[in-house]
Amino acid sequence: MLFTSYRFLGFLAALLLLYYILPKRFQWILLLAGSYVFYFAAGPSFLLYILAATVTTWFAARRIGDNLTRQRAYLKEHAEQMDRGAKKAYKKGEERIRRRWLAACLLLNLGVLAVVKYTNFVISNINGVLSLFGGTGLSPVSLVLPLGISFYTFQAVGYLIDVYRGTVPAERNLPRFALFISFFPQLIQGPISRWGDLSRTLYQEHEFDGRQVAFGLQRMLWGYFKKMVVADRVLAAVMTIVGGPEVYRGAYILAGMVFYTLQLYADFTGGIDITIGVAEALGIQVQENFIRPYFSKSLKEYWRRWHVSMSSWFRDYLFYPVSTSRWMQRFTRFVKARLGEKPGRRLPVYLSTFVVWLATGVWHGASWNFIVWGLANWAVLMASEELEPLYGKFHQRYAVRRKLWYRLFQVGRLFLLVCILNLFDCYPSLSLTFGAFASIFTAGNWEILWDGSLLALGLSALDYGILACGTALMLLVSLSQRGGSVREKIARRPYAVRFAVWYGLFLIVLLMGIYGVGYDASQFIYNQF
Amino acid sequence: MEELLNILREMHPDVDFEKEEHLIDSAVLDSMDIVTLITEIGEEFDVTITAADIVPDNFNSAKALYALIQRLEDET
Amino acid sequence: MRRALKIVLSALIVLGSLFFLQRLLTPKYVDGVVEGAFVAEYYRDVPDHDVIFVGDCEVYENFSPAVLWEEYGINSYIRGSAEQYIWQSYYLLEDTLRYETPKAVVFNIQSLQFSESQREAYNRMSLEGMEWSPVKVRAILASMRPEEHFLDYVFPILRYHSRWSELTGSDVEYLFKTKPVSFNGYYMRVDVRAAENVPEGKPLADYSFGETAWKYLDRMVELCGEKGIQLILIKAPSLYPYWYPQWEEQVEAYAAEKNLPYINFLEIQEETGIDYAADTYDGGLHMNLSGAEKLSRYMGRYLADEAGIPDRRGETELAGRWAEKLAVYEAEKRAQYELYGMTEED
Repeated sequence: MLFTSYRFLGFLAALLLLYYILPKRFQWILLLAGSYVFYFAAGPSFLLYILAATVTTWFAARRIGDNLTRQRAYLKEHAEQMDRGAKKAYKKGEERIRRRWLAACLLLNLGVLAVVKYTNFVISNINGVLSLFGGTGLSPVSLVLPLGISFYTFQAVGYLIDVYRGTVPAERNLPRFALFISFFPQLIQGPISRWGDLSRTLYQEHEFDGRQVAFGLQRMLWGYFKKMVVADRVLAAVMTIVGGPEVYRGAYILAGMVFYTLQLYADFTGGIDITIGVAEALGIQVQENFIRPYFSKSLKEYWRRWHVSMSSWFRDYLFYPVSTSRWMQRFTRFVKARLGEKPGRRLPVYLSTFVVWLATGVWHGASWNFIVWGLANWAVLMASEELEPLYGKFHQRYAVRRKLWYRLFQVGRLFLLVCILNLFDCYPSLSLTFGAFASIFTAGNWEILWDGSLLALGLSALDYGILACGTALMLLVSLSQRGGSVREKIARRPYAVRFAVWYGLFLIVLLMGIYGVGYDASQFIYNQF
Repeated sequence: MEELLNILREMHPDVDFEKEEHLIDSAVLDSMDIVTLITEIGEEFDVTITAADIVPDNFNSAKALYALIQRLEDET
Repeated sequence: MRRALKIVLSALIVLGSLFFLQRLLTPKYVDGVVEGAFVAEYYRDVPDHDVIFVGDCEVYENFSPAVLWEEYGINSYIRGSAEQYIWQSYYLLEDTLRYETPKAVVFNIQSLQFSESQREAYNRMSLEGMEWSPVKVRAILASMRPEEHFLDYVFPILRYHSRWSELTGSDVEYLFKTKPVSFNGYYMRVDVRAAENVPEGKPLADYSFGETAWKYLDRMVELCGEKGIQLILIKAPSLYPYWYPQWEEQVEAYAAEKNLPYINFLEIQEETGIDYAADTYDGGLHMNLSGAEKLSRYMGRYLADEAGIPDRRGETELAGRWAEKLAVYEAEKRAQYELYGMTEED
């Protein structure tokens, strides 16, 4: 059930109605049932995967949680009898048990994810090596990637680690936990919620609140606007350019990069707007996933503001564990002793960051493209880290940091950088990607940008006009958002204004949205992950 | 406490760590700073801060961080 | 009180503007492609026809009810639209029977070759004009291609939402009215393009008609049987799309089995007098006016003599209605002759 299908809208309308009619204590049960209906509609066989992840994580987390409770009680009870050493030994023994549960559950769930997602990638690489030696290749296996498995697996793993760390208690009730993993608005493309955040409102009894429901629907409408009017429109040009790498080179790539960046932004943030809007209409708070990412002035800042739930997941559950691990501390001491204080401080961080970006790349997709994309991100981040002193000197000499033009320059620079990095997303192979990028400098066909060639990419002048207006509107909304919720601002206006704004937006989506026969309702870009 | 403030000042000379209470929330310290910090603290105080301890509440102010260090010292 | 007023007013604005937009955006089929308007036109005629033609372009371009009236006093109507599939023909017949029970139904079996809808646009042109009834619902469900949604038929604005950039003057002019574009379902063309080099049919892997197609023909036979209507099967004399002998055999066998009359106009060129150099306007696919009038004369004779369809020229009211129709018919003829720079004798 795509968000942009009639079926989803019908499903949601029925669910909302029941949700506020039923006795409040059944609300979360209805959500669970609805989520499984939603997931069942995507593919009945997928249910097995999500059920396995749910049950194993729930069980392991309970074991870990029970152990922690027992440990605490035991220590309290025997506080008098035990000395420090005995306590330490006891704790160590208990932790070993917890660690075993953690490791087993991680291995299982990440293992399933790895098998369904990467088996064919591994096979194709083995074949590549085999063919060097003239061997015959293995044939790829047909595995269907269950919808949203990357997202719900990460959500489950995050919960398990939180329980292990003692930051959240283990949920005892399996159906309640199942809802956390399968909550339908975020099933397809995230965000990757944390138990500590989502569980606060997920199981509450929600009184019907007209304003809240209206706000949720408004947020959804805005998401539909971004997705259907902007993203799905510009998609036509992106497909044309990416689909003909031998024809569309040079300046086309430049245009295509910008188009794709626009498409990805409108599609992904629009999808998340719908997710958060649906949740809001249900009275449930899902964390924001984007904080005006293109207002960032550096890549580092961008990754704090783009797909926040994913980058913070990698930070909390991979970067910190790796960088503070005993192994890494030892490496730090080693580097410090050999190379000195400064490299000793930096190298371990760089190494941990490398691991994180490698993993981020792999998570995005089973291909070398994404791995190189991840490492390219890493390289840029590290380079700017190394250049920091140089920038510092520059800023000491020239007081431009606060000037508007300089900040605009930074924003523009970041945008271009992200456009270039996004190129890895577009082509099926690295050689095509690098070839396309290089052609920007070699093809010299700049005239296509103004001689009307852009009108032959599947977009009419009118389409470009709509895209320009849509982008301007998204920019305006982002600018206005810095001073607080745009919906709040509109809500303070007189009724006629509010009505005009929201009904106008609805009509724009209705008339200018790309949907229906003749168009492939394009899948959300992130749902293959 | 003074040792801790020295470590912090060396990383960000322009921040008043005695007063600042939102080091994480207002992004004064980023994840790389935190890791550097943990390494330095590990050497200075002989405590091990693990990933589980890295929550905003522990890192938002020098005072909170110092409290964490003391807690860890007590435990070992 | 003010709150109630606000709600009512908002609802009115929303419904009113959506209704207006839907009317505006839905194609009017009054110029250019007019085939989409045929199905709806039926409901504006008085339903007391003795003969109903159902089928695709091979009926609505090949038979002229005006000639049937003028020469035989037969009151007939054509329920046909572009590439109308057999299930659509069946449901249009069922729909027609909601209003009247003719004495004979003439069905062109060309569409037996399809067992699923080929193009969404043809579905729209055949189905949109139908009045809402359980029959229409069934017709839509039988016709929809995988990419189609029932909701798009209920609210055509969803289907035509992007037409706002292609609106023309006639979308405004015919916002709340329409004009007749057919003559009792007949689509008149007077121009001539002789049939030359009609391509042979490519060999097919399988010549047998699909199960679905047969099912609807069976249902048509049953329905006519129940209502005591005489069903006459025909194959119009269109040279293309190619009519395979293997297909012909199947139809002949079926007609014999069900004891139905079957006229293949391809085989009786001498009797009808069809001249493929003069009687077609698109190289043998469809008849022009001259061809249609010849076929109508033959068909009229058959209907009067063999099927016993009465001559109703004596009914004053009916004759009055036809006199009006014939005047328009003649005027259209003259206008088209002028348009194509022809005289009636050409």
